[in-house]
Amino acid sequence: MKKKLAGTRVVGALALLAAPLTACASADRDSGDITLVVYAASSLKTTFEQLGEQFEADHPGVDVEFNFAGSSDLVSQIQQGAPVDIFASADIANMDKLAAQDQLGGQAQVFATNTLEIAVPPANPAQIGALADLAKEGVQLVVCAPEVPCGSAARKVESAAGLDWKPVSEEQSVADVLNKVTTGEADAGLVYVTDVKSAGAAVQGIEFPLASEAVNAYPVAPVKGGEQSDLARQFIQLVLGSEGQAVLAAAGFGKP
Amino acid sequence: MTLRESAVGLPRWALVPAGAGALFVVLPLAALVSRVDWTRFGSLITSDASLAALELSLRTSAASTLLCLVFGMPMALVLARSRFVGQDLLRSVVLLPLVLPPVVGGIALLYTFGRRGLLGHALEVAGVQIAFSTIAVVLAQTFVALPFLVVSLEGALRSAGHRYDVVAASLGAGPTTVLFRVTLPLVLPGLLSGAVLAFARALGEFGATITFAGSLQGVTRTLPLEIYLQREADADAAVALSVVLMVVAVVVIAFARRGKGVL
Repeated sequence: MKKKLAGTRVVGALALLAAPLTACASADRDSGDITLVVYAASSLKTTFEQLGEQFEADHPGVDVEFNFAGSSDLVSQIQQGAPVDIFASADIANMDKLAAQDQLGGQAQVFATNTLEIAVPPANPAQIGALADLAKEGVQLVVCAPEVPCGSAARKVESAAGLDWKPVSEEQSVADVLNKVTTGEADAGLVYVTDVKSAGAAVQGIEFPLASEAVNAYPVAPVKGGEQSDLARQFIQLVLGSEGQAVLAAAGFGKP
Repeated sequence: MTLRESAVGLPRWALVPAGAGALFVVLPLAALVSRVDWTRFGSLITSDASLAALELSLRTSAASTLLCLVFGMPMALVLARSRFVGQDLLRSVVLLPLVLPPVVGGIALLYTFGRRGLLGHALEVAGVQIAFSTIAVVLAQTFVALPFLVVSLEGALRSAGHRYDVVAASLGAGPTTVLFRVTLPLVLPGLLSGAVLAFARALGEFGATITFAGSLQGVTRTLPLEIYLQREADADAAVALSVVLMVVAVVVIAFARRGKGVL
């Protein structure tokens, strides 16, 4: 008797677990909307969400769905067969990975650029004023690891400046670097202009001329096999057009 | 053995979900192993960065296991052998890191031991620098691993009961003598498996470390962090290192199970 009870309980628990899964699957698809799936680099979150709303307003019945993550994560998801209409990368290298495997449904086009800036806590405790200060003794500098795009850009700047800095940490992403600066753990970090802008008063940005040595280009392209190739083309036009460019410029992105 | 098994009886239906569950765990691991580029395996796992990460992981996990023992043993003892108001609440709090997302742990540690944290300034004055140091890695690992030791040991203490302790005490032994001569030897298997679990958890620690400690080769970049980083640049290296981490974890856990059987 007891055993039987336990059995029903297990079945009941399983049913409870399964219920929300099925419920949410049907809720997503019930509306009959057309869905445009956009995979975009994390740094594009704010701007693309804004453009997505614009696009939805211009195209009634169309849902723009975003997946924001690191570009290389997105590439591996697309390579594993994720259903995607558009891919917007934070660097050319990751877009090239898809092009090399013939997974793009059209030419990739650069729609924005981003450059590095020094970010320091608002009080600037280490009194950083220029790039050379980052190599000073005792400065807790945090940069991206060379394996990720912001890190390779930092490397380029470092060698262009003829400096040899000793970061206390090489982080995974620009967000991690920014976080170490906003919490005051780091005295300085190298992040993108757009990150400084979005962090607002939590950090102070310091421009440096050599940033032009490592300009990061953002390409966008339709993904082969995407279901909405027409809509994808229109969305890319929105990004490349004056409206899209205005939104991107407001966030600190440079012109292509 | 067979007699006992048949006497208890295993409901047949249990085999199906049990098998499915086992597959659910084994399949992804098998898929991972199937992706290993064996021709480059040796060179991938013996690169400077990989060896530095493995060494750092083993070193910090050992240190955090030691800390878990130092703090966790008395904690388990207090929880198992005393009664006080708020004990249940305290137990829940101690176990919290088990269920908290490690990133949350990392943020919490940052606001405690960070340069601008609750204790950070006092520590800095005392000359202890925690930010971006190996100490930060050990703290992160200890934070997430401690409950494993406390849970295992508290369970062992409760199931062992304290009849022998009472006898020893009635023969004139002081509480400390009883603890080291009677109680701990009795629960040694539980203590060992708790310590090994804590070690394994520390070895796999990722979220709290990346949030709190940072990532620098040889200083704070443990094996899980190295795997995460390599995945960006060289997926084969990430897979190879994942297999290494998996093998180390399996060996550690197998060791724990064996310790239990022998003792």
